[in-house]
Amino acid sequence: MTPPTSDVALGFLLNGSSVSVTCAPEDRLLDLLRGPLRLPGTKEGCGEGECGACTVLLNGLPVNSCLVPSYQADGATVETIEALADERHAALLEGGATQCGACTPGVAMTAEWIRRHPALGKRFPLSELMAGNLCRCTGYDGILKSLEAALTDDEGTA
Amino acid sequence: MSVLRPTTIDEAVAVLSAQPEAIPIAGGTDLMVHWPHRLELHEKTFVDLSRLTALRGLRWQDGDLVMGALTTYWDVLLDEQIGRRFPLLHRAARQVGAVQIQTRGTWAGNVGNGSPAADGVAVLMAYDAMVELTSVRGVDVVPLRDFYTGYKISHRTPDQLITAIRLPGIPYRTQIFEKVGARKAQAISKIGVAMVEAPGGWVVVANSMAPTIRRCRAVEAVLNSGHPISSPEALHDTILQDVHPIDDLRSTGEYRVRVMARLLYHDLREHIAAFS
Amino acid sequence: MPLAPLLRREGLAKLSGREQYVDDLDIPGALHGITVRSTSARGTIRNIRFDPEIDWSSFVIVDHRDVPGLNTVKLIETDQPALAATEVRHIHEPVVLLAHPSRRALRKAVRAITIEVDPLPSVLDFTVRPTPEQIQHGSDNIYKQITITKGDARSILADAPIIVEGVYRTGAQEHVYLEPQGMIAEEVDGVIIIRGSMQCPYYVHTAVCHALGREADQVRIIQTPTGGAFGGKEEFPSGVAIHAALLALKAGRPVRLVYDRTEDLAATTKRHPSWTRHRTAVASDGQLLAQEITFLLDGGAYMTLSPVVLSRGMIHAAGPYHCEHISIDGRAVLSNTVPFGAFRGFGAPQSLFAVERHMDRIALRLGLDPVTVRQRNLLADGQTTATGQVVADGVDRQGLLNRALSLSDYAAKRETHRQFNIDTPDRRRGIGLTTFFHGAGFTGSGEVYLDSKVAVAGLPDGTIEVRTASTEMGQGTTTIFTQLASDRLGLPPEAVAIAQPDTAVVPNSGPTVASRTAMIVGRLVQEACDDLRRQLSLDATDRGNDVAEAIRAWHRTHPNGLLLGQGHYRPPPGIEWDEGTYRGEAYGAYGWAAYVAEVEVDLRTYGTTVLDFVAVQDVGTVLNTTLARGQVQGGVAQGIGWTLMEECQWEDGAMTNNQLTNYIIPTSSDIPPIRVAFQETPYPHGAEGAKGLGELPMDGPAPAIANAIAAATGAEAAVLPLTPERLMADLDR
Ligand SMILES: Cc1cc2nc3c(=O)[nH]c(=O)nc-3n(C[C@H](O)[C@H](O)[C@H](O)COP(=O)(O)OP(=O)(O)OC[C@H]3O[C@@H](n4cnc5c(N)ncnc54)[C@H](O)[C@@H]3O)c2cc1C
Ligand code: FES
Ligand code: FES
Repeated sequence: MTPPTSDVALGFLLNGSSVSVTCAPEDRLLDLLRGPLRLPGTKEGCGEGECGACTVLLNGLPVNSCLVPSYQADGATVETIEALADERHAALLEGGATQCGACTPGVAMTAEWIRRHPALGKRFPLSELMAGNLCRCTGYDGILKSLEAALTDDEGTA
Repeated sequence: MSVLRPTTIDEAVAVLSAQPEAIPIAGGTDLMVHWPHRLELHEKTFVDLSRLTALRGLRWQDGDLVMGALTTYWDVLLDEQIGRRFPLLHRAARQVGAVQIQTRGTWAGNVGNGSPAADGVAVLMAYDAMVELTSVRGVDVVPLRDFYTGYKISHRTPDQLITAIRLPGIPYRTQIFEKVGARKAQAISKIGVAMVEAPGGWVVVANSMAPTIRRCRAVEAVLNSGHPISSPEALHDTILQDVHPIDDLRSTGEYRVRVMARLLYHDLREHIAAFS
Repeated sequence: MPLAPLLRREGLAKLSGREQYVDDLDIPGALHGITVRSTSARGTIRNIRFDPEIDWSSFVIVDHRDVPGLNTVKLIETDQPALAATEVRHIHEPVVLLAHPSRRALRKAVRAITIEVDPLPSVLDFTVRPTPEQIQHGSDNIYKQITITKGDARSILADAPIIVEGVYRTGAQEHVYLEPQGMIAEEVDGVIIIRGSMQCPYYVHTAVCHALGREADQVRIIQTPTGGAFGGKEEFPSGVAIHAALLALKAGRPVRLVYDRTEDLAATTKRHPSWTRHRTAVASDGQLLAQEITFLLDGGAYMTLSPVVLSRGMIHAAGPYHCEHISIDGRAVLSNTVPFGAFRGFGAPQSLFAVERHMDRIALRLGLDPVTVRQRNLLADGQTTATGQVVADGVDRQGLLNRALSLSDYAAKRETHRQFNIDTPDRRRGIGLTTFFHGAGFTGSGEVYLDSKVAVAGLPDGTIEVRTASTEMGQGTTTIFTQLASDRLGLPPEAVAIAQPDTAVVPNSGPTVASRTAMIVGRLVQEACDDLRRQLSLDATDRGNDVAEAIRAWHRTHPNGLLLGQGHYRPPPGIEWDEGTYRGEAYGAYGWAAYVAEVEVDLRTYGTTVLDFVAVQDVGTVLNTTLARGQVQGGVAQGIGWTLMEECQWEDGAMTNNQLTNYIIPTSSDIPPIRVAFQETPYPHGAEGAKGLGELPMDGPAPAIANAIAAATGAEAAVLPLTPERLMADLDR
């Protein structure tokens, strides 16, 4: 067991590369990403787990990084929006999934998770799977339709 | 602030025994909300449960379902057998926050937090769940229905860790969970009711209707009695024997009572002949 | 020829997370700022106590005495202090500013400051006449009073056999742009540079010059990509910019002042709450004979834009109908709540909700179908609006309505609902419609005063840069301007750059508000392109490579020269507006629409689900279908939120549910498929025939849904939001 300490040393796999950082135990994963790790693609829209703008994949699952204490990322795999290749965004771009863009990285990460597990889209309505990503601009249709299109494309190329 | 990161249950309970004021943290979906503003918590010591691999996962034992304390809503949703045997766990899990909360939030955290609005607790209580509490003093098993004694007050002593939640493998007939929130997803319950027909009779649990989540014994008695119920309004007095909903930011006491009555009445009409 | 389609230009930057919003900027050495706010609704500041437990020497502390210029946030009036000096008028009013390297230290410090106030009587209900002790503005707390008179409604009503009356109310609405307010300020070589999230760089510029006592060239405002605004970043950012600048000046370092969500919800402007009364004389066939309307808006503690919001609300208050006798009386009044301000629709959603809900009441009273009542009264070309404006735009308004009815299957649905409601004990279905309009651009002579200018620069490499102050906040400015300029000069979109709005670089093309950007500024972009071509001695047949080559050639002969095409607003002919009498051409153009909502009400929970939504509109030529559809769907979703769930809870004039868990906006599970259709009647004075689009979709959902709920349940549905709790009480009547 690690002794009590005010600073925490962490190591984890971030977007495919291992990183080690020391941070204050008060830092949220979101703070770590946007601050010392210089990955400002992940946004803070509320800090209370409601909006999903801070969504990242933690061990492959979508989570709100504003609710993850940084020390819980120790030993984990973390993927942020910066990890996705531009080609991955084609369907969302074409379908009008982004307007102001503030919700968009979070939306794209949840969409990415669904695309990696296409069976999910058959078990749950996409509107339910995306309900943790608030968007004030699009009315969601652009997001849901383009995600549907992406899933169809993926099926064709799989 | 400091964090302790035990890797075994023994270490964890030893820590809690030595520092009873330390706060266990699992998924953090209650504790981390508005974190930057919760300066009082920044002064505390936390016990990170996430490395306690022994608390992960769920298993079936003698027909009972045993969920380790780190079991998340998403873990439950991925388990098809649970969907068949305890469908309300699925029903509730799908309605807790949204996916990003379901992947992190734990059932034990829902119990440990003790919010009167907890959806997980409502369905667990309907299924007569038992809470396993572990400390250096040993293991206690407390029925969830007796767990809460007041608003956010429970039988858990500060040195105890919730290590598992156990659901007896009883066959149920009708099983209904209704959650009324301010929107269709990602909403805290204004009213929740879990209703199951167990071999011993109806079990009805209400959340967001009182300072704690609770069994509604008076309502159950009416359902079991076969007395005719002619309208939702006829249930108001009975409901008020069980719960005392308040006006708050999310709704009003009046709405809560009336809607709970309407849910019971309309949902059970098909199942109970005396409801006309 | 329609414009060539173009994907959102900055879309990939947004999707990939590369777009840098203000809080994403890495500014070495920047301090964080925070605002310390009043905890009293109204009173005189007695003392500001700093808890000695804290070492204040490590903080930069600013109060009203540090304001070098005039201590007001300049807008229509100068009634709002930048920092309260002697008196506070609402909870959350800014009083003190702090800066420090650590955000955590700032949060602690805020709690250690107590603003002691001797209370004065406050106004918390704008519909009640104030007592003398409550007067804080003029002699009556009225920010603005307007009367619109057409014909003689009073005498018609005096003798009318059928009069339908109704009172309608709407609540405050939070913008909930996903990116909260934020600014970063620093002083470099005597120039205050402020970067941040905003709609109107020149509003901010004016306000900062005024409060900081600087000349125009000593202040530079740069818009950063803006994560949603909806009006919430029209006037409010001026105050944030002043605060950031004050801190930066005192600190001698850059200061970042970014709100978090709870602060943003609590302290920023919101949609004006409204109270409307209709008294309408009607003939038995549904014809409107006289409309008498009283329209009240809660302005909040300072004037901000309330007079103009009132004005727009009133001009739309009689609906898109012909009526010979109209009298509209309106007031925007003070209350000791956070000031209400610009929000998509700008007063029209409130007044249109009232009149459109009222039209259904009229139909009910007369035993007519709501469709009939609208068909009978919809404005036809040659008829006049409430301000006497002759409508002559050739738009087929009856056709719009018919299209909405057929797309939504209105008539058949009415029948199936009737049966459904008999067969289903605990659900009720209904369908509701609304026909409405929305004036595009500034009201009356507003556009003339704005005197907008645009430039298109030809660059040495043969590409061009469009320079306007019109901001991209998600609505598509960048893409539309690219399409327009690229089409005008025949250049590929890649050869068109859109300058980031920076007051040191771009001319003032006016604020990015009032659905004016594509229609008016877009038109100026085209003119600037034409001007560029003229300067290059090219004619209209020279396109593409000819233009690029001419630009390069110009630069070869004018090394370091500035090649600028200019566009400058001139009003279309025939626009006459009398601000004194409120008569004349209120808007150069109107968008027209017919929306239909189908709902199901769960009688167990009184919760409403919108099952289907059809939005048909004529906004002139559609310049970009994906963007236009997105604007409509987003506006409708915001309207659904306002109608069914979004409610600010108040205590002492302060919002108590200032968290996203308690201030509820729709999720993807709450929004039905929104089916959008356009009828395109080109507007000759708009860019490529376009009219305004952004605000219109906010107007329709509330009346369509409320009418559907009324059809389903018989509810009055006269007060928004129609939360389940409110609907329950309504149905108990
Ligand atoms: C956006 C959002 C939406 C939500 N929606 C819902 C909802 O719809 N319904 C609902 O019921 N809840 C909801 N919640 C609340 C929360 O997600 C649940 O209560 C969740 O189950 C908490 O689990 P956790 O592991 O994240 O708890 P944590 O935050 O880690 O802990 C919660 C509490 O339990 C204690 N605790 C945790 N584990 C143990 C243990 N093993 N032994 C002893 N004590 C323990 C902690 O000390 C703490 O007091 C929501 C939260 C958010 C942020
Ligand atoms: S910032 Fe994390 S959910 Fe909103
Ligand atoms: S695109 Fe603006 S919030 Fe989603």
